Amino acid sequence: MLLAKPQPWHDPAWPGRVTSTVIFLLLLLPAGYITEFNPAVFFDATSLRASKQFLATFFPPAHSLEFLQLLVQSAWKTVAIATVGMVLALGMALPCSLVANRALSLSRLGRHRMGLLPAIVRAGIRWILSILRSIPELVWALLFVRAVGLGDTAGVMAIALTYGGMVGKVFLEIYEAQDTRAAEALLVNGAGRLQAFCYGTLPSCLPELLSYTVYRWECAIRSSVILGFVGAGGLGQQMELSMRMLNGGEVLSFLLVFILLVWIADRISKGLRTWID
Amino acid sequence: MSRGIRQVQTATAASLGDMTLRYRDGRVALDAITLTFAVGEQVAIIGPSGAGKTSLLHVLACALRPTSGTLAVLGTAHPWNTTTATLHALRKRIFLAPQMPPLPPRQRVVHTVLAGRLPQWNTWQALKSLLYPVDAPLAEAALARFRMEDKLLLRCDRLSGGERQRVGLARMLLSAAPLILLDEPVSALDPVLGLQALQTVQEEARARAATMVVSLHDVGLAHAQFQRLIGLRDGKVFFDLPSAQVTPERLADLYGMEPPDATSDAVAVDASGIKMSRCF
Amino acid sequence: MDRLRTRLTITCGFLLFVLACFFSLSGDWSGLFSRESASRMLELVTSFFPLELSATFLRKAAYATLETLAISWIGTLLAVIAGLFFALPAAHMWGAFLQGMARIVLNVLRAVPELVWAALFVIAAGLGPFPGTLALAVHTTGVLGRLFAEALENAPREPYLALRRHGVGPIAAFSYGLLPHITPQLASYTLYRWENNIRAAAVLGVAGAGGLGQMLYYHMGLFHFHETGTILLAMLLLVGLVDTCSNWLRMRAIR
Repeated sequence: MLLAKPQPWHDPAWPGRVTSTVIFLLLLLPAGYITEFNPAVFFDATSLRASKQFLATFFPPAHSLEFLQLLVQSAWKTVAIATVGMVLALGMALPCSLVANRALSLSRLGRHRMGLLPAIVRAGIRWILSILRSIPELVWALLFVRAVGLGDTAGVMAIALTYGGMVGKVFLEIYEAQDTRAAEALLVNGAGRLQAFCYGTLPSCLPELLSYTVYRWECAIRSSVILGFVGAGGLGQQMELSMRMLNGGEVLSFLLVFILLVWIADRISKGLRTWID
Repeated sequence: MSRGIRQVQTATAASLGDMTLRYRDGRVALDAITLTFAVGEQVAIIGPSGAGKTSLLHVLACALRPTSGTLAVLGTAHPWNTTTATLHALRKRIFLAPQMPPLPPRQRVVHTVLAGRLPQWNTWQALKSLLYPVDAPLAEAALARFRMEDKLLLRCDRLSGGERQRVGLARMLLSAAPLILLDEPVSALDPVLGLQALQTVQEEARARAATMVVSLHDVGLAHAQFQRLIGLRDGKVFFDLPSAQVTPERLADLYGMEPPDATSDAVAVDASGIKMSRCF
Repeated sequence: MDRLRTRLTITCGFLLFVLACFFSLSGDWSGLFSRESASRMLELVTSFFPLELSATFLRKAAYATLETLAISWIGTLLAVIAGLFFALPAAHMWGAFLQGMARIVLNVLRAVPELVWAALFVIAAGLGPFPGTLALAVHTTGVLGRLFAEALENAPREPYLALRRHGVGPIAAFSYGLLPHITPQLASYTLYRWENNIRAAAVLGVAGAGGLGQMLYYHMGLFHFHETGTILLAMLLLVGLVDTCSNWLRMRAIR
């Protein structure tokens, strides 16, 4: 017979959970306030009228012949901006990632650490890639529109810089995730750095690099439409003009073409990626 | 052993003077090693595992920097005190085959073997060869000497352990280095294949008048194929003798085992003529 | 040889495509790399300094930063809930018809970029951070919904089925059998998406949806470059902060 009452059992995970939930809720309320969270705003009289008027213009989607021509041209422009942007991005990312690759460091062979200058250069490049990635591409587009005027060039440059940073960083991660012994053995035997990379690291990671590049190209197409909104050319720029004129029919057509374009790019991307592997 | 440490004679391929190598955490890998290798010599290094054979080879290959002592390789004294460029140029004349063959998994054997030529190729030639193999017959001939010519177009990850080792050795046939360092080159091969592979590389080294230093765990093979044996134990040189003077008792001492029966014809049989368990 | 030929054809086709793209852009390429545009860009960058650091402006910028953070935070949160809601049918839990419908909805939500949603919602609800939050939520629902559905489909069904066979109701079986398996993945996707959403939230303001983006657009339009510089710095810091937090949380979630 137990004389003492058994100790009530406490779940050790409970206090942690309660704290996280409380913090979560505490953060939620001010956030809700700051974002002026108020679904009712959609349903007040002026909003409803504006929405109804706008929605009315949506159907039918614009489909006059000249408009269709504009559609196709803008779509092609968008693809062109994305592709050229990606090519420039690669042009930047490839040399940067190769230089920053620690596995190719000659000064580190056999010693425990890199020489000071090589280490600084590598860290510097990583930092630059990081900054290029952190600034949203839209901001780059705004800056370039200011600097070189409206049109395709601003979009291309914005994509080139942001995607250059992203692709550079991911390529770097892919190189360094490979087994470095193959490249190291070649370096120890006196091969040049680029040679050691092409014969030692590249064979293992080429499919992954290509696959990521194709995936990013697909993203770039989406981006170039968004960038068009601030004047960087292509579908986005046209869509923004139509929206400003509250021409829902044209907006809908643009949207449909955009969705179609993204779908096609997605298919091509998947196809290429299966072929690469 | 010659004491030619300060003056680098042209007949010396490499020399170590009182060389010590420490790991990052301070433990001693190699302790006060003094050795000289003459040009054209072929030497086998034996010893229990952990004795420092791999580290010794890496120091000779200028792949590991000694903590103290002197090092002279192929006419360059103190290579680590020169510029990175000079050091790298020196490395082109040394070939090191690591214990685990450094083959990229998805690469085809033909490129892996041709990579032995990289130190002599400039970048453009190297890249061109990646697109379409330059000198593929050369790679095929090298593989044929190891009876692997049919593996020319296979991917490296489809090879067995023994085949990978032989591909690594085939790479050596294509390099033109006058100093060849092989770390356990036949450990994954059966006795017959292993002997054949070792003989092939020795022939090549002789033909090139290259200096070759090989670390082996098969003592019988080392004894039979090399004129000079260096026994390494706990990072120190246990003995450095012509192989005729290496008796079974000496070997037992080196490995810390019971004295064995006499070694015999180690060609056809495996090295259990020396009765020791392969604990490595 | 055959393999080489297919590779060559595809590479050639690809190169032709790229060249065609280059030629069809109306951009004046020589103009881009000319001394004039380089100097204009340099001028633009230098015009950011000295940064506008007066107390009033810093306060406004700080509030806008908080607003952007809140937009990304609430937007992502809403998307997690809605995403899960759509992921269940999309993962074939309630039959093929609902799966098809759910997938279509998710794809449409995903395909339209946040900025376009934001522009549409601004028309419907006026300027301010709320349309931006909803736009972010709607788009992210599409993305997360699809990722969650994939995670659900790839999760092993046996624990769930075993519980159902014992007579446990579907919700309980799901919570005990499937949810624990996919929670780390869900957390990881959500945090990764949050990193992306902070950048998106920062720029939604360009469409009038509040936050740093709206401030940026406003001041750039008025050629207030010192203020623009400060806003850009705030964006950089915010993005860096969220990236770090997200990484840290992800390490803990995966553990």
